[in-house]
Amino acid sequence: MSVAIEVQGLHKSYGDVEAVKGIDLSIDAGEVFALLGPNGAGKTTTVEILEGHRKATQGSVSVLGHDPALAERDFKDRVGIVLQESSVEKELTVREALSIYGGSYSKRLEVDNLIDIVGLHEKADARIGTLSGGQKRRLELALGIVGDPDLIFLDEPTTGFDPSARRDAWKVIDNLRSLGKTILLTTHYMDEAQNLSDRVAVIADGVIVAEGTPDTLGGRELAATRISFRVPDGATLPSDFQISNGVASVQSGEPTKALHKITGWAIDNGHELEDLSVTRPSLEEIYLALTEAE
Amino acid sequence: MARLSTAGLIRQQVGYELKMFIRTPIAAFFTLIFPLLLLFIFGALFGNEEIPELGITVAQYFAPALAVFSAASATYTNIGVFTSFQRDEGILKRVRGTPLPPWIFFVGKMLSSFLIAAAAVSAMMLVGVLVYDIQIMASTLPAAIISFFAGVICFAALGLLVAAVAPSGNAATAIANSTLLPLAFFSGLFIPLTDDSPTWLVTLGDIFPLKHFNDAFQAAFLPTTTGAGFDWPAIGYMLLWAAVAMLLALRLFKWESRSGGSEKNRAKAMS
Repeated sequence: MSVAIEVQGLHKSYGDVEAVKGIDLSIDAGEVFALLGPNGAGKTTTVEILEGHRKATQGSVSVLGHDPALAERDFKDRVGIVLQESSVEKELTVREALSIYGGSYSKRLEVDNLIDIVGLHEKADARIGTLSGGQKRRLELALGIVGDPDLIFLDEPTTGFDPSARRDAWKVIDNLRSLGKTILLTTHYMDEAQNLSDRVAVIADGVIVAEGTPDTLGGRELAATRISFRVPDGATLPSDFQISNGVASVQSGEPTKALHKITGWAIDNGHELEDLSVTRPSLEEIYLALTEAE
Repeated sequence: MARLSTAGLIRQQVGYELKMFIRTPIAAFFTLIFPLLLLFIFGALFGNEEIPELGITVAQYFAPALAVFSAASATYTNIGVFTSFQRDEGILKRVRGTPLPPWIFFVGKMLSSFLIAAAAVSAMMLVGVLVYDIQIMASTLPAAIISFFAGVICFAALGLLVAAVAPSGNAATAIANSTLLPLAFFSGLFIPLTDDSPTWLVTLGDIFPLKHFNDAFQAAFLPTTTGAGFDWPAIGYMLLWAAVAMLLALRLFKWESRSGGSEKNRAKAMS
């Protein structure tokens, strides 16, 4: 599989402030890669260097075989960018904007097709100034893919979306993945990273603190499994449970055995275990543990 | 679909800029309507008598002078202000991320401003002819057209320079207005300069290109002009200003706001 993005020893300083302090990344073609991290961790700076909007202070960057800092037309032709903060001309209609911005790409999607993909039919001929926040974001997504790019940068693509708009956007992104596009997204939402990405990296304070699949990040697959349930009325629990708010929980490296013991105990004592659940730590818990350490 | 040709892209950018202009009523008003209002106001104030020092009627002087004013605001003010607001809104950054060559983007801005200026100048001269009976001579029309092009090239380049140095759209508005309006007075656009005008004011006017635009364009509408009416020194001076302004503008031009969006990101990145 060919490599879409290769970054080594990336540094970026603004004055004496180092925003990015040595990042290495390798993203394969066709991969959906999520960059997670708190505000100010260096996510957007890193992505903007890869897009060609900023120049690296130090380090080597190769995106689709190009140095993005050179701003070559062939490079931009193959890349779609959905910026975190920018706007589209409110004086134009959705259709006009897609047609104008599409004009400079060597292969571009039909405007009507694109409007279909992001579900903006009823707004196709409306001025952009009249769109809701979620509709504007969907238009920006459409503008990001108007040139049928091989690589798509999505900087917080669903921030500010309501849950159903988010699901819709995920469908679009998942569709792009099935077309073989490489996608680099940044997000604050763990469920988004979990749902969309093949691989995840967590940036904190300008460096990558963990990298892996959503299921293995930060040793998630090795972490102890947690079993919890609501304490039955009048039950006396074995001593190794933690109880808070009436919910008992236990962590175990051997969840099958532990669960067997618990259910055996419950059956023997005639209890029904309400809210019984067996979970590994969520991606969010792993993420918080990783970023709070900084 | 395939990529548009270079000519197609230029045509598209010109159409885009014109659309944006027409859909921004305030800009259309100040560029197209306001100079006409000035002509009516001057006509009402001064009547259409002959100006003794110049030997021509009030309208014969002011129609070309106000045409020059509207051509300058169609290019200088509009490009400077629009482009700076586009940067504030992140539109320039978006454009920068597409494969549109930057030179086509700039050429689209300049050509569209020439069309707007041509419309404003034509409207002014037409009203002059229909309402105030001013004289337009076929023999000097080529000089008028060439002077017009030198002038709009010069002021479009200066507009790009304003966009390059202004930190924001509001600052660009302030810069454009606070330079163009006083210069219009120094350059005899609103009040004809005579031998009695203060020398410092005349000298100041001489340095900047607006007076030369006015002189060159006026020359084509003076009944006393003999021959083709080309004011080559004035035309050359404007093109010199254009070249310097263009070089500086391209050197200093920024696609991203120093305050606003990207700054916020930067602040976030540094926090």
